[in-house]
Amino acid sequence: MRVRLSDLQPGDIAVIEDVALSEAERQLLMRFGFFDGAEVRCSRRAPLGDPVVYSLDGSEIALRTETACRIFAWRVDGQTHEQMR
Amino acid sequence: MNPLLQTVPSSAARSQQRILTVALIGPPNSGKTTLFNRLTKLRQKVGNYPGITVEQHTGVMALPDQEVTIVDLPGVYSLNPYSEDERVAVSVLNGNMDGVPGPDAVLLVLDATNLTRQLSLAAPVIALGLPTLALLNMGDLLAKRSGSIDAVKLAGDLGIPVAIVSATMGTGLDAVGRFLQQANSPSPTTLPIVQDVRECRKWAARIASESDYRPPLPPAWTRRLDDIVLHKFWGPLLFIIVVGAVFQTVFGLGQPLSNALQNLLARMGQEAAPLIANGFLRSLLLDGIWKGVGSVLVFLPQILVLFLFIGLLEDSGYLARAALIADRTMSMVGLNGKAFIPLLSAYACAVPAIMASRTIENKRDRLATILIAPFMTCSARLPIYTLLIAAFIPERPVVGFLMGSRALAMLLLYVLGFAAAIGTAKILKSSVLKSTPAPFVLELPEYRWPTFRTVGLRLMDRGRVFVQQAGTVILFVSLLVWGLTNLPLHQGHPPELENSVVAQLGHFIEPAIRPLGFNWKIGVGLLTSVVAREVIVGTLGTLYGRDPQTQSASLQVALQHDLTFSGAMALLVFFAFAMQCASTLAVVRRETNSWMWPAIQFFYMTGLAFLAALFVHGILSAMN
Repeated sequence: MRVRLSDLQPGDIAVIEDVALSEAERQLLMRFGFFDGAEVRCSRRAPLGDPVVYSLDGSEIALRTETACRIFAWRVDGQTHEQMR
Repeated sequence: MNPLLQTVPSSAARSQQRILTVALIGPPNSGKTTLFNRLTKLRQKVGNYPGITVEQHTGVMALPDQEVTIVDLPGVYSLNPYSEDERVAVSVLNGNMDGVPGPDAVLLVLDATNLTRQLSLAAPVIALGLPTLALLNMGDLLAKRSGSIDAVKLAGDLGIPVAIVSATMGTGLDAVGRFLQQANSPSPTTLPIVQDVRECRKWAARIASESDYRPPLPPAWTRRLDDIVLHKFWGPLLFIIVVGAVFQTVFGLGQPLSNALQNLLARMGQEAAPLIANGFLRSLLLDGIWKGVGSVLVFLPQILVLFLFIGLLEDSGYLARAALIADRTMSMVGLNGKAFIPLLSAYACAVPAIMASRTIENKRDRLATILIAPFMTCSARLPIYTLLIAAFIPERPVVGFLMGSRALAMLLLYVLGFAAAIGTAKILKSSVLKSTPAPFVLELPEYRWPTFRTVGLRLMDRGRVFVQQAGTVILFVSLLVWGLTNLPLHQGHPPELENSVVAQLGHFIEPAIRPLGFNWKIGVGLLTSVVAREVIVGTLGTLYGRDPQTQSASLQVALQHDLTFSGAMALLVFFAFAMQCASTLAVVRRETNSWMWPAIQFFYMTGLAFLAALFVHGILSAMN
């Protein structure tokens, strides 16, 4: 199912399809591993709900919802945190 | 062959040169700074690269038969000149940076526990064609968490030597010495198009799997701790406890330590006074130079205490979590979560707070934080606040038993400073410092035990930077103000304060400050307190102490005679806003590496103070 990264719930896994941001923003996010084809797991929300922490390649990266809602991804169903590893 | 791949240029001519300068490069959180400290010990220099805010760290590493200069580059994920840090790294590596010799070799530091990702920096670095040694740092953690890597295979694939090290434990570092004595250019190998970050990452993942890289088990402890630290309820509670402890310590420990040091230095000056016969020379040495040195040194306890905390928080990994928790709140004023601790520290003193803003990677957010920090009610404002409140505001209960009028006045002054900071942040972030192209991205590193060594070295580093680079400006301003208060000479003796140059200046600016309800004596206080805000109390004490009419009265009573209620309130508001602090200006200059920002800050804050004082005086005079 195609979702925005900001729609993911903790534990959800998705594969990024499109980073719909300006070139400069895409360049920055790319350095942290956010580009199409990358697998992302939503790992937790900050106590106040925003930003949200994502897990990529073993790193934990937090993005604000205002950024995450511009990243589109395909949610991978039926996979849980335990099965990942 | 894949058209995306290119071959490393072979530069055999450089291969057998003696290595004099070596660049240390690695991604953020790769343990690069710890390694730099290990290799250079205390033989380090800190400066700024010309014209930009990036700090330049160089150090000397001793080899058995020679010395090698190590240039510590800023932490970068790639060598695409996109961010300022990356531009600096590229310029230094290509030998295009003024004042920094081009490196003869490169030490590439990568976090071994996160190799799949960090390895992508290897492609652009190897492509430079310089002799390169890859140091897989945190090898101890990799092994401990059941990960592994075949370093020989990796070296074959990369065409450069590879060593597994631990900068924290100091293991495996002899490889650096061996490499520097016999460094060879990389063997030809295939690399991705190095400008393409995505291709580099794919290449990195392939190389990692070809070298039998087994990533370590997920950091179970970090996840478990984060369940508490980032918990909906416990997280914010812990956050409040931690920042409360930081604030309490900087204010409650740093401040008394600074005062004790100040008293000690003053005492030493008094003891030395009889030893110098000539009055003018004594005044120059003790009141000018010694007091100037003292005004620099008094900041050290607070800087060190704050950086001890920041060191512990940052090295343990909590600082990133604190930023995550504070971000939501800070984003309301257009700043990010990392600005929280520096701004909180500014309530004790803006000087260490501005130095602490270095933990904010986003340059614009960092600059905004630096520019608003001096609005926070620092402890140097308290003496003049207490004096004027005690003299002009009668104590009476306001909110039942809860708060008296004086406490309320003090609270209002805090709120005033805070409001000015927030308002200024909003203005800055929606205009000149608008930062749309840089979204907030925060990496949460694993929790680690901070080491005594790294935290200690950071304290030394910050202390030295402050004393050497801000201290000189502070000393200069202190001497200048001393000169103005002790000239012109009167029969070889310094004049009385009311006959000095600064008093003439006070009379000179009187027409400008009269609309605020200030007389020339207050004007002199405003001028001398450019050194530090609390100086105004001493100056006013001297001026009123000399005046035969007010000589016998206490300073409070003298002020009550000389200043109207509206003038006193205007003075309070003036001090809430004005940039009456040469030390802050010196630190802002050092941290922004330009005189432009401190100048803007000075005129903006003082202009705001003038207008606000004018307004307050006008309103209150009209009401009476």
